[in-house]
Amino acid sequence: MALDDSRKTRQFRIVGTRPDRPDGIDKVTGRARFGADMVAPGMLTGRILRSPHAHARIRRIDTSKAEALAGVKAVVTRADFGDVPDHVADIMENCLAGEKALYDGHAVAAVAAISPAVARQALRLIEVDYEVLPHVTDVDEAMKPDAPVLHEGRQQETVPAGMSGNVISRVEFGHGDIEAGLAKADRVVERTYRTAAVHQGYIEPHACLATMTADGQGDLWVCTQGHYMVRNTCAAILGLDQGQLRVTASEIGGGFGGKTTLFLEPVALMLSKKSGRPIKMVMSRSEVFRASGPTASSSIDVRIGMTREGRITAGFAELRFQGGAWPGAPVGVGAMSGFASYDLENVKTVGWDVVTNRPKAAAYRAPGAPMATFAIESAIDELARGFGLDPLEVRLMNGADEGTKSSYGPTYPAIGLKATLEAAKAHPHWTAPLGKNQGRGVACGFWFNFGGDTSVSLSISPDGTVTLTEGNPDIGGSRAAMTMIAAEELGIPYDQVRTVVADTGSLGQNEVTHGSRVTFSVGLATIKAAEAAKKEMCRRAAMVWGIDEDAVEWEDGAARPAGPNAGKFPPMTLKEIAAIASKTGGPIAGHHEVMAEGAGVSFATHMVDVEVDPETGATKILRYTVFQDAGKAVHPSYVEGQFQGGAVQGIGWALNEEYIYGKDGLLQNAGFLDYRIPVASDLPMIDTVILEIPNPGHPYGVRGVGETSIVPPLAAIANAVSAATGVRMTQLPMSPPRVLAAIQTGG
Amino acid sequence: MVKVLLWGSLADLVGGEREVAVEAATLRELLDRLGEQFPGLRPELERGVSVSIDGRIYNDSWFTPIGPESEVVLLKRLQGG
Repeated sequence: MALDDSRKTRQFRIVGTRPDRPDGIDKVTGRARFGADMVAPGMLTGRILRSPHAHARIRRIDTSKAEALAGVKAVVTRADFGDVPDHVADIMENCLAGEKALYDGHAVAAVAAISPAVARQALRLIEVDYEVLPHVTDVDEAMKPDAPVLHEGRQQETVPAGMSGNVISRVEFGHGDIEAGLAKADRVVERTYRTAAVHQGYIEPHACLATMTADGQGDLWVCTQGHYMVRNTCAAILGLDQGQLRVTASEIGGGFGGKTTLFLEPVALMLSKKSGRPIKMVMSRSEVFRASGPTASSSIDVRIGMTREGRITAGFAELRFQGGAWPGAPVGVGAMSGFASYDLENVKTVGWDVVTNRPKAAAYRAPGAPMATFAIESAIDELARGFGLDPLEVRLMNGADEGTKSSYGPTYPAIGLKATLEAAKAHPHWTAPLGKNQGRGVACGFWFNFGGDTSVSLSISPDGTVTLTEGNPDIGGSRAAMTMIAAEELGIPYDQVRTVVADTGSLGQNEVTHGSRVTFSVGLATIKAAEAAKKEMCRRAAMVWGIDEDAVEWEDGAARPAGPNAGKFPPMTLKEIAAIASKTGGPIAGHHEVMAEGAGVSFATHMVDVEVDPETGATKILRYTVFQDAGKAVHPSYVEGQFQGGAVQGIGWALNEEYIYGKDGLLQNAGFLDYRIPVASDLPMIDTVILEIPNPGHPYGVRGVGETSIVPPLAAIANAVSAATGVRMTQLPMSPPRVLAAIQTGG
Repeated sequence: MVKVLLWGSLADLVGGEREVAVEAATLRELLDRLGEQFPGLRPELERGVSVSIDGRIYNDSWFTPIGPESEVVLLKRLQGG
């Protein structure tokens, strides 16, 4: 595809409108089938036994009493799986512990029984002999040379000799000379910032229904962001052929990155294999908190220099992320994204991936970027305010643009950062008056977006209606967007197309629904599939008319003769061509398979007003506006929903959410009563402004929109609270006790 | 020859250079030559990387063409949520 495809002006008929969502009726009537809604004849209940220790060697597991209990049909431990390939070894160990339990809540055994009551009783009969080991849950503590070490031999070649074995890898990005740049500054801010681990907070717990027969065929119904990933990973763990395992994705009650890996599914399949019965497993809320998600916590040192005119002379950040009990904290991407909004001569980020005795971090919406951005945007705000400068003007002065060499290396094509800043500056929110104890904050954010393996099939029914089959669970409105794109390309009404999410047996490989990739990638494939179907329909019309197929074109939902020698024939509509398809060569369909590349980066600016109660430290969000570049908003209501959802999750991360561990290494707040996510009464209406700076890599200009919106809120709210209190806030969450203490001590 | 910009911590593994040059006309050739000529990069290449070519980020498309003047930047493998 040519780089300038999107710069052609195109008038859309359906794209850009706001039709009803195709899954709306099912969801508001309770008819939609989520992970726990599926049943099967003879189904058993699966339950997991979890470690009560943060770190312990498993000397012995005795399951004999549980196996002897009436109603118990199978018990499995890590030993049932044997050796697994290296690329799935950590996932296997997280699903069931082998030699060591590595965090409070780590799975150590599982049972299948005829009822939940019998399963719970069986778990109590499993005897585990633990040798309790010293533990560490804090990232800075885990990096100390004398910290308890979780794994031997996992440290990568990038880590200098002599560091704790918990330090897995080091990354460094940037260019220029930091010290020389800082020397040119009129002021340098140097601070340490901290963010807590937070859960993705999806309302639907992990759930699956597994069937595994003796001949090696399996079926899984599962709540996931990527059923192809589930299939491939389970097949590797269980030694199955991928083609013998069919996985169907349920409706999904939220994922936000947390459902891009496995927790239950291989265990459910093994229980089914051993018992010969279907197995249903559903996590409790406590299990979701203790053993799935969350994101990394972080400790970040920042040094940024600025002239009194507002020009940033150098920016440095050292990021330490703990990602739980196995390598993979998103520090590399955090280090790449933290300064990505700015055009800097001297910039450097260093990142450390550290393991601790906590559940393994799963992806969470723009993984790594919100924490890095919180630290960097806080320091920039402090410098701007210190000089009495307008924080939006400072960001415009230093902002990245087309041709900027980014902080992570590449030179940007057309991007929309400055458009979001200009829109923010012109918005009435920016000049609205503030009252006592109130403050306003702004921050910018960046996310990469990406593409990946994508397959779609578009089938024309005999009555001329269309089914589009895609392989990505719909977590943000992709069925509506794909329906619109197919209808746009075919020239037929929106309600003549239905998009379904197929099982793994129906299409080629599809990358997980993550990376804000689906509207970009599946949309790209849908356009191509529609083109293939239109080409075939033109061919059929040409046969009927007895003219060359090259003399037929598709316009406004019909094949039409085109060119001087095509002859004069009335247009043949899609319905007319479909009705005679059996007589002109058989069914008509289009399909497309692609490794989608060319996703465009996106930027956002957030603006927020808060009021802080000086007597309690409680913060109320008064007003919030999101300005984000969507490239092209296919269904603006969904785009606005993504902007709002990211902002709300960011509000929770900034103000209240945190994993709280005791000195015993046990999680103390594994439930929504003690882990406080924002509820409707905490929030104002989140206003949105969609900017459309086309992505050169997509025919409509589409960019991903799902993740960028969670990148700026942490910093924007911290900047607002700091403005309201007069005290610079450097640690999240800014819960009432922490804010009150900051007010009372002056920071 | 294509010039490839490495991220900082990889430079230590290739003798301190932030930019290396290899003979490559496609993404596959680029990754193969990097591994052959700079064995220190092999562990990171095996773990998977993303590559920016003229401002576009690619993960796995082996036959993506690379021109001699292309801007090529090696990136940590992207992960989304």
